[in-house]
Amino acid sequence: MKICVLVKQVPGSEAQFSVSADGSWIQETGLPFEMNESDNYALEEALQIREQKDEGEVVVVSLGPDRCQKVIREALAKGADRAIHIKEDAPYNTDPFSIATALANTIKDEKFELVLSGLQSDDLGFGQTGVILGEILGMTTATLVVGTEIQDGKIKVKRELESGWFQWQTMDLPASLAIQSGLNQPRYPSLKGIMGAKKKEIKESLFVDMCDIDGLQSFNGLSVQRAEKQTEMIEGTVDQVVSKLVDVFKNEIRIN
Amino acid sequence: MDILVVLEDKNGMIHRMSQEAITGAQRIGSEFNLSVGILAMGGNAAALSDQAAQYDVNEVLTLENEHLNHYTADGYGAAVAQVVTNENPKYVFFGHTYQVRDYVPRVSAKLKRPFLNDAVSYSSEGGNPVFSKQVLNAKLVAALQPNDGGTILISFQSAAFSSENIQSGSANVRSISVDIDSAEIKTVTEDPFQEEAGGVDLSSAELIVSIGRGIGKEENILLAQELANTIGAEIASSRPVVDSGWLPSHHQVGSSGQTVSPKLYLALGISGAIQHVVGMKGSKNIVVINKDPDAPLFELADYGVVGDMLEIVPKLTEALDR
Ligand SMILES: Cc1cc2nc3c(=O)[nH]c(=O)nc-3n(C[C@H](O)[C@H](O)[C@H](O)COP(=O)(O)OP(=O)(O)OC[C@H]3O[C@@H](n4cnc5c(N)ncnc54)[C@H](O)[C@@H]3O)c2cc1C
Ligand SMILES: Cc1cc2nc3c(=O)[nH]c(=O)nc-3n(C[C@H](O)[C@H](O)[C@H](O)COP(=O)(O)OP(=O)(O)OC[C@H]3O[C@@H](n4cnc5c(N)ncnc54)[C@H](O)[C@@H]3O)c2cc1C
Repeated sequence: MKICVLVKQVPGSEAQFSVSADGSWIQETGLPFEMNESDNYALEEALQIREQKDEGEVVVVSLGPDRCQKVIREALAKGADRAIHIKEDAPYNTDPFSIATALANTIKDEKFELVLSGLQSDDLGFGQTGVILGEILGMTTATLVVGTEIQDGKIKVKRELESGWFQWQTMDLPASLAIQSGLNQPRYPSLKGIMGAKKKEIKESLFVDMCDIDGLQSFNGLSVQRAEKQTEMIEGTVDQVVSKLVDVFKNEIRIN
Repeated sequence: MDILVVLEDKNGMIHRMSQEAITGAQRIGSEFNLSVGILAMGGNAAALSDQAAQYDVNEVLTLENEHLNHYTADGYGAAVAQVVTNENPKYVFFGHTYQVRDYVPRVSAKLKRPFLNDAVSYSSEGGNPVFSKQVLNAKLVAALQPNDGGTILISFQSAAFSSENIQSGSANVRSISVDIDSAEIKTVTEDPFQEEAGGVDLSSAELIVSIGRGIGKEENILLAQELANTIGAEIASSRPVVDSGWLPSHHQVGSSGQTVSPKLYLALGISGAIQHVVGMKGSKNIVVINKDPDAPLFELADYGVVGDMLEIVPKLTEALDR
């Protein structure tokens, strides 16, 4: 089975953000970047499907500036067969529809049976790219996927619903699935994998050549979240903090 | 109509988050002088439409179709796209539910209209509403605007509007239809089910010690466990802790886990993503320990400590044990 995995590079969860001087985006210099969390699970699922069947190909596709090479290499080191990098150095000025269009134009001739993406990006969280891509390429789509079973010409997926409920659905192939975190345990790259990745193909293209449409929506300013509640901050040395917490627990919240 | 609210069916009742979307539509409608319609569709369309007609809106549309009796992204995507084309509203409102996540991007792609998901607020600009969503780990808020004047699809985050403020009234009901080719439905869904219920029912717990990714590694869970044992609390967690296999899934609090409202919710190394917050924001006292002063969960905290939980927790256990 030929599988495409969409991998996005995002600021790490430890990142501290400051809005850029013109208010249009954040200052990127010095930010830690990593693979989007759910994409890592999507990649693992693709690798496991390939290994179960002992055939097929896993191709990672990432759109973004040069720094994305890092996540592409990581995916190749974990076992993806080859990669496509759609380069985009412009500031954040496109939307999920344009991104999905560029991705669709890039992969349409590859005839993938399965496209796996993350459920949503940790930075912007539109949660749409994989589904829009599927619609553009005439694939079936499912999101919140927490399990997959390949069947003859079809795929059966387990979807997460709210509050601990689940649902199975059987879909025609080709399918585009947005993967929810936790469905597998992503592997770490081996030393051999890291060495081998250097020889793997990374095909490059440019976003401007791949996206033939205008975006549908744009950012209109970023601002910092405002607090909702008055928070009493407890400060001091660790010992002072601990004794104040004990006081709060016993005398304010009255835990016993 | 100007604003169309698409309802979600929750076992024959209007989903809570659709009620919130109706509340939002009523408020935005009166503020910007926009008419409001509601779309009830699916196997329970008649029941939903009866309920919707009790609200103060201009019109309720009822849509029944054999391909919509069971939810599929194929069917719902096609149906809503057709209704939007026919009715041509300026705004289409949804609650940001798991179902909406699943099919509304399809509507966006079919119509080539923007989908602004998970909106939390709006403001007025040049006489029009402009909607905002949280980005970058909920640390920043971004306003988004469509690039032209056409229809925009918007889903609202849980509690963006309070359904207690929903206005009652009466509305005309109109039946509508769509054309869905059975060849378009390429998905067969089975009945929803719950995984075998786990050991702990956190919803009735008085005291909860909850751990997030900040716990760092599996061995450190013991530190939180000892603290919990000392005060007689239950252990809960955010999703990454469960995803990593460090705790069974019934410990997870949040939109896909349990909803809790203890007297004390002590959050250790949890950042405060909305999917976690919806499960614990009803807690009576929220105490947050996080090394990042900008962690969004501090906004909900009654008491906050900026610091290293791995340093504080063992000493806290010791002090409480005395
Ligand atoms: C105003 C604006 C300007 C932007 N400009 C840029 C830019 O210049 N460069 C840039 O890199 N991004 C840019 N972005 C971000 C980019 O547009 C987003 O990737 C896109 O909007 C999709 O939204 P999302 O990241 O929230 O994806 P979601 O729909 O939440 O992502 C779901 C999944 O789709 C896949 N996916 C998403 N994006 C990519 C990608 N880029 N490559 C591979 N897989 C992907 C991943 O598997 C991801 O988990 C911009 C966004 C906005 C709103
Ligand atoms: C559809 C959907 C459903 C979801 N359902 C749920 C759900 O039910 N429940 C849920 O929790 N999440 C859910 N999530 C995931 C959610 O979006 C977040 O990714 C998750 O809640 C983050 O968990 P976290 O706060 O533990 O981790 P992070 O966001 O990584 O935060 C870790 C925090 O720990 C702090 N930290 C690190 N080290 C230390 C230290 N030594 N001392 C103190 N602080 C430290 C960091 O500053 C950071 O704030 C869902 C997501 C989606 C898209």
